Amino acid sequence: MEKSVLRLFYQIVCLLWKNAEGRLFFVLNRVLKRIVISVPVLIGVVLAIFIMLRIVPGDPVTTMMGEHVNPAVIEKISREMGLDQPVIVQFFKYVFNALRGDFGTSYRLNRNVTQIILDAFPNTVRLSLMAAAVAWLIGIVAGVVAAVRQNKLLDRMFMGCALMGVSMPVFMTALILQYVFAFKLKWFPVSGYDSWKAMVLPAIALGWNSAGSIARMTRSNLVEIMQNDFIRTARAKGLMEKGVILKHALKNAMLPVVTMMALQFSSMLSGAVLTESVFGVPGIGRLAVNGIETRDMPLLQGTVVFTTILIIAGNLIADLLYNVLDPRIREGA
Amino acid sequence: MSESIVLDIKNLRSHFFTAKGQVPAVDGVSIQVPEGKIIGIVGESGCGKSMTAMSVMGLLRYPGRVVGGTITLDGKDITHLRPKEISKVRGNEISMIFQEPMTSLNPVYPVGKQVREAILLHQKVSKEEAKERVLDIFRAVGISEPEKRYYSYPHQLSGGLRQRVMIGMAMVCRPKVMIADEPTTALDVTIEAQILRLMKKLCQEQGTSIILITHNMGVVAEVCDYVYVMYAGKVMEQAETFELFERTSHPYTQGLLRSIPRLDEKAERLYTIDGVVPNLLHLPKGCSFCTRCSQAEDRCFAEKPRLYETSEGHGVRCFLYEGEGKVCLDE
Repeated sequence: MEKSVLRLFYQIVCLLWKNAEGRLFFVLNRVLKRIVISVPVLIGVVLAIFIMLRIVPGDPVTTMMGEHVNPAVIEKISREMGLDQPVIVQFFKYVFNALRGDFGTSYRLNRNVTQIILDAFPNTVRLSLMAAAVAWLIGIVAGVVAAVRQNKLLDRMFMGCALMGVSMPVFMTALILQYVFAFKLKWFPVSGYDSWKAMVLPAIALGWNSAGSIARMTRSNLVEIMQNDFIRTARAKGLMEKGVILKHALKNAMLPVVTMMALQFSSMLSGAVLTESVFGVPGIGRLAVNGIETRDMPLLQGTVVFTTILIIAGNLIADLLYNVLDPRIREGA
Repeated sequence: MSESIVLDIKNLRSHFFTAKGQVPAVDGVSIQVPEGKIIGIVGESGCGKSMTAMSVMGLLRYPGRVVGGTITLDGKDITHLRPKEISKVRGNEISMIFQEPMTSLNPVYPVGKQVREAILLHQKVSKEEAKERVLDIFRAVGISEPEKRYYSYPHQLSGGLRQRVMIGMAMVCRPKVMIADEPTTALDVTIEAQILRLMKKLCQEQGTSIILITHNMGVVAEVCDYVYVMYAGKVMEQAETFELFERTSHPYTQGLLRSIPRLDEKAERLYTIDGVVPNLLHLPKGCSFCTRCSQAEDRCFAEKPRLYETSEGHGVRCFLYEGEGKVCLDE
């Protein structure tokens, strides 16, 4: 299973490489530029979260100790954790340590934040991959079918589902899925993350939303592309309708969809806060929620930095993908 | 015409079924295409030239549909073939190039591969062999550096080059008939001449017949052997090119020819035919040109004229030529 996934990954990389060959310099240049640009973004995000955490009422030490604790003890611990220093000093200390890869120690769990995040990340990756598989497969297939059967019953049905997927909040989808498939039908466990079976419902809950937007976008792009002159050329060439759609229309229609998929995937990876909370998946999203609840500043800051990096990387990849896929953009810029 | 007829269109009728009613875009058109000749179809925008071509290719899309007549290609009726059968004919025995070379090629594939696809669809050859054939046809249509152009994307080529690629794509399977729908309208005049010459050359070399759809009388005079003048879905006049220019009969054709500005005459205003093409939903009861015709009589508004043969192969759809006791060309 893992091997075949790896092979598929290898093939995709090879394909992209084949497309990117010769433009390597251009691509590298672009990547470097984006990385340079993302440094101030990261610093800004850290600063914002730093200030916000200190403005928001609720002192981490008090939260940790509970009520009725001797103020002297609280003061002592605050001093030990460096919380008595001015915010700006704390900030520079944090950034300095972060640059060396040290994101501090979680107040509550008393463990290295980097380690906590790296432990939780595989769960999020697993959930995201499954959700993405659901979203891409269902989204693209439904989009294509709806476009082909434009304004027919199937189209209306799929687009209705897609609209529901887009407009229904994830926690509601999650609760409905839990109620129907876990509580009533007992096909899947209500929560957990230890077996693939337990991941099915969270993956659907998380993926449906993306599937909806992918399906809608695929459909509308495909319908638009089918009006193009080159589609007429493809028909005149002697291609059957299936070939016209799959060979000539789909690749054009997928250009913006691929970008969207990459962006969605990076946001899934950076923590599906609601899905993970409802289903009890101990991933990045849960860490963030825990961090907020317990005023665990290092943990929360760590997850925020981590997710920011993921989002920036996702944007970069989406951008590069578009470059690789669309020959018209390749030479430009 | 004594030559063998490759494509025989008889009384073709294609209608569009719209919410406002049935639009007769092609209304009883009969066209005969002899082997290795260039046939011109001329007329204003919206006269049904392109729709005739699309009907022949089986490319009419909803809400348009062929409702009557027959299209015979090389003795085979292709009017109502199943999708699978017509797709074997399309691009193989009969091909088409379009007005817009800028948008008629798929932007995400190299042009060579798009031409190669046409070969691979219709012939059982290896990819390498197909590529060689593409390079050959690229040379034949005058594309320099075919090896390099093979991997070019459409946006990297000029309009003229793209149209050459389109012609290459249309000719690569050596079709019996090639339909060119205003192939030079979007190109500038010097390129236009090159493309026309190229088409004529290929036509002679490969024995392919061409249906050239245009609104340009100059183009017709230059390359066509036989001309059909269409108006509001009907053929108004048909004749050999020389005959048509020599003995222009139908008032509409006369108007078209007078609309061409001449260098040897001084004119304050350019000549135009008054009025506009009638709405196909509300055609006049009689001759469809009667509302704009300077010689129209009462009868023209009441009765439909037929195609009267004034001399061999020269047909005119006008009552002015009925009295000459000639045979009627259409059935």
